[in-house]
Amino acid sequence: MSFTKNLSISPFVSAELAEKAKSALEATPWPTTRMEHWKYTRVAKLQKLNFADHTGTLANKEQYIIDPDYPTVFFVNGHFIASESDLNTLDNAISVKVLSEEKIKIDQSSLTIDDELFNALNTAYLTDGIEVNVSKKSTGGKLQIIHVLSGDTAISNFKTIINIEDFAEFDVIQGFFSEQGAVNCFANVSTEIKAGINSTVTINKFQYEDEACFHINTEVVEQEKDSHFTINTITLNGGLVRNNLKIDVNGENATTNLYGAYVLKGKQHVDNHTVVDHKVANCYSNELYKGVMDENSTAVFNGKVFVRPDAQKINAFQSNGNVLLSGDATINSKPELEIYADDVKCSHGSTTGQLDDDAIFYLEARGISKPKAMALLVSAFVGEAFDKIENEHVQGFIHQKLHERFNWQF
Amino acid sequence: MANYTENELAKDLENQEYKFGFTTNIESDKAPKGLNEDIIRFISAKKNEPEWLLEFRLNAFRIWKEMTEPEWAHVQYEKPDFQDITYYAAPKQTKKYESWDDVDPEMKETMTKLGISLEEQKRLTGVAVDFVMDSVSVATSFKAKLKELGIVFCSFSEAVQEYPDLVREHMGTVVPTTDNFYAALNSAVFTDGSFCYIPKGVKCPMELSTYFRINEAGTGQFERTLVIADEGAYVSYLEGCTAPQRDENQLHAAVVELIAKDNAEIKYSTVQNWFPGDKEGKGGVFNFVTKRGICGTNSKISWTQVETGSAVTWKYPSCILKGDNSVGEFYSVAVTNNFQQADTGTKMIHLGKNTKSTIISKGISAGKSQNSYRGLVQIHKNADNARNFSQCDSLLMTDTCGAHTFPYIECKNPTAKIEHEATTSKIGEDQIFYCLQRGISEEKAISLIVNGYCKEVLNQLPMEFAVEAQKLLTISLEGSVG
Amino acid sequence: MIKIENLHANIDGKEILKGLNLEVNAGEVHAIMGPNGAGKSTLASILAGKEDYEVTAGSVTFEGKNLLELETDERAKEGLFLAFQYPVEIPGVSNINFLRTALNEKREYHGQEPISAKEFMEMVREKSKLVELDPKLASRSVNEGFSGGEKKRNEIFQMAMLEPKLSILDETDSGLDIDALRIVAGGVNALKSKDNATIVITHYQRLLDYIVPDFVHVLFDGKIVKSGPKELALELEEKGYDWIKAEFA
Repeated sequence: MSFTKNLSISPFVSAELAEKAKSALEATPWPTTRMEHWKYTRVAKLQKLNFADHTGTLANKEQYIIDPDYPTVFFVNGHFIASESDLNTLDNAISVKVLSEEKIKIDQSSLTIDDELFNALNTAYLTDGIEVNVSKKSTGGKLQIIHVLSGDTAISNFKTIINIEDFAEFDVIQGFFSEQGAVNCFANVSTEIKAGINSTVTINKFQYEDEACFHINTEVVEQEKDSHFTINTITLNGGLVRNNLKIDVNGENATTNLYGAYVLKGKQHVDNHTVVDHKVANCYSNELYKGVMDENSTAVFNGKVFVRPDAQKINAFQSNGNVLLSGDATINSKPELEIYADDVKCSHGSTTGQLDDDAIFYLEARGISKPKAMALLVSAFVGEAFDKIENEHVQGFIHQKLHERFNWQF
Repeated sequence: MANYTENELAKDLENQEYKFGFTTNIESDKAPKGLNEDIIRFISAKKNEPEWLLEFRLNAFRIWKEMTEPEWAHVQYEKPDFQDITYYAAPKQTKKYESWDDVDPEMKETMTKLGISLEEQKRLTGVAVDFVMDSVSVATSFKAKLKELGIVFCSFSEAVQEYPDLVREHMGTVVPTTDNFYAALNSAVFTDGSFCYIPKGVKCPMELSTYFRINEAGTGQFERTLVIADEGAYVSYLEGCTAPQRDENQLHAAVVELIAKDNAEIKYSTVQNWFPGDKEGKGGVFNFVTKRGICGTNSKISWTQVETGSAVTWKYPSCILKGDNSVGEFYSVAVTNNFQQADTGTKMIHLGKNTKSTIISKGISAGKSQNSYRGLVQIHKNADNARNFSQCDSLLMTDTCGAHTFPYIECKNPTAKIEHEATTSKIGEDQIFYCLQRGISEEKAISLIVNGYCKEVLNQLPMEFAVEAQKLLTISLEGSVG
Repeated sequence: MIKIENLHANIDGKEILKGLNLEVNAGEVHAIMGPNGAGKSTLASILAGKEDYEVTAGSVTFEGKNLLELETDERAKEGLFLAFQYPVEIPGVSNINFLRTALNEKREYHGQEPISAKEFMEMVREKSKLVELDPKLASRSVNEGFSGGEKKRNEIFQMAMLEPKLSILDETDSGLDIDALRIVAGGVNALKSKDNATIVITHYQRLLDYIVPDFVHVLFDGKIVKSGPKELALELEEKGYDWIKAEFA
């Protein structure tokens, strides 16, 4: 495969796993829109670029800090920036190991490698990674992981592994940015999360790389019984963004919340693929994704809920709402239910529409200019998803970026 | 108390026998098994077809040879051996009947067993029926009456002979030969079907109706239906299907094309109860059908279907809303039981401005069946002010069946408004209890609730069809109390 | 008409009825009152045959038959009617169709011919007047989109149509304004005869101003702890249930 010719097999993966991933990569055809999984997202351009492993530096790390109260680690093009990272404030209950620092070789992964080209790529050519363990019954644990892309055709094959032990609480912020002038850089990242019994886990994922960059993100979550898992996926920039979120609900009485918001313009293409797999009974999942597309942008939403045989008494709700602001914008929405148990309550809804003319007129009549009125209504529309975020710093950061990029006022 | 549970219902459903299992013994004039250019020439010659039609068939065959069977549907089955199918079988009597009195008594008996006596239907409802048995139309009634209005309603073969220009102009314009594997196959080997033309400004005064049956063992059925409503015309067309009980799977790959010109309206209703296979999942019909309509300005196409039969169903009656202000509707009830698999839904392609579509789909799964809704709503760039509303509900009767929803929503116009809602739930225990408390037995209660659940769709059917459809739903649930 | 002896019942392993005794004769109206959670609605559900409850001891004889051995629909066909506290909506099934099915199933059970359409419609007209039910509601889906008051009136209308021997009104007054209450009670009173009986289950005394009971029973902690004439209801209203709780808890 020519696009990997500048890459070398990762030193942070066991030889066996690397070999497995490499042969899976070679056996997997490049995704095309003829494949159901990639029906609405073209990745042909990636194949033509010869990505390479580049190190880089951080000129101004402050601009990327979403919550100043969190212990923070920085990675540039997937490489650890020890000098800028701060692990001293970490709680004792939390252990954070950077693979390259600790000379760790990963020998197993819950990521599907076969037929998943980008997962295989990530595993075989892993740039670096981080292993987090949150010890039993610990509370108040938090960590901020900031990724920055920089330079030309750099690739970051990064992996985050988080293990939350039973009865523990943990909050993670993942921020994805790019330095000014970054072009054709590619973040191909994976996250593996294990949420133990009765644990509470919140992930705030914020994506803000440049329109000239690519981002493919795969998150695999395994939930044990009585656990609560919440993820907020906010995408406000990035040329091509694909989020694969797969949640296996393996224990009863678990709660799963998937929230997301995307606000796009230019030629952005953002694709959120989510799968909630209810394997056992008595669980609750709730999904809400909202998006606004302007100019030539395209959004894809594909949400799937599985209810496996005998997974009775499942309540699963899914909702996707979209507003198109331009005649050149596109939305493809595919909310799916696949249900093999009978005593369930599942529903999904998808709406696509434009802003209410009457509401715009009403605001104009009160002296608010049309663009302002529209921004107000649009922010109210996606705001429903932002409101799910409990961390006020994250909310504030989102508002700041919405102002910078879209000139929205809050 | 020994309460009747859904598991017991499930068991009872398994034991329910197919009511319409019987065979009509009419000697067939058969083509040898298999498919090649010679067979196609044989069919074409047998039907005394013009050269252009033979070319149409051969072209389709060449396209088909290059295609592969679609695999994206949520169904699993053993693929048919296309060289083990007889592509032509016609009843020996080739003479046309002027009246129903001339029709073979055995065939009449067949109709009686179906519970839909033609005589009675004619008398009661004034329905003109074009009865297709093993691919060749053997009788057409009410022709004279329709003729006065300039309405053409005849077998496809007859239309090819009598109205070649109309057929040639429209055939394949809605479902092109290249559309899909089964449409290509049908285009190559179709033996007969129905043709209907309503002239400008004419409102067809009666429901036009066709009954299809698959009768000869191992005979594939490849009907082709073409309905044209010229400007300002209106027609309501009914299609009902039953097949006799058979051990081996039978393939049915029909093509239906509807053309509603400016200001025209076509209402197309189907009740399908082909043999679904036995309770072990053995046998049954493969129903791989391509149905599509195209709308001109201010026109309307409405599909209504009640699907209770077939082992495997793969069917998406669709509307291309090409003209401004055109309207597409899809109302569907799909019931699956035992090992039946249905992957059905619709496509609403919005091309024109102010186009509207409505999708109401009700799925009911029982036994070990799999029931999927698959639908596409596509709003093109120029389709300003397009509107779509979709409601897809699934009702689960057992814990061994599956109900799935796969909607595809694609929008490229900011003025569009699309709403999709889907729910999946179990049949309401509190509703059943309420009925029981009023002295209604469990079986009747389920029948009432299921029929009520499907009401929005059943209401779309013409009266006499609605009664039949309700009966079918009840039959599907019959024998549920021991 | 009905004799309940030493009835014990559980739900999910929890004992709700703990030895309940009650006898109701033809021509009588009995009121069962009690604080929330006393087991009032449980009693109604068990008599109607809801499967969630498990009877662990005791017996119920209804018109000489062992009620507990009958299926829910058989109990209804034998003449037991429950007016639901929360009537269920059945989308797409018209009230008329529903009632005609119920009526004909009952007639079939008793070896009678189905009712003719004409006779049935006459009956609908006549009985819907009784509870001032808008005839339009009769053609709508069962309880779907009905207001709270309409639902309760519809219950009494169904009661009138099915002519039960024993009617159990489960909190029929809950959520009704005074006009609706008067109409519902008027319907119940009009249906009263020397051959049928009524059990009125209620939390408040208010309903009993309109449906005057022959006997009032106080249900507390799964047992009837006190019985008396209609004046007992007024006493309860005045003193509240705390008095009962203090005395019997």
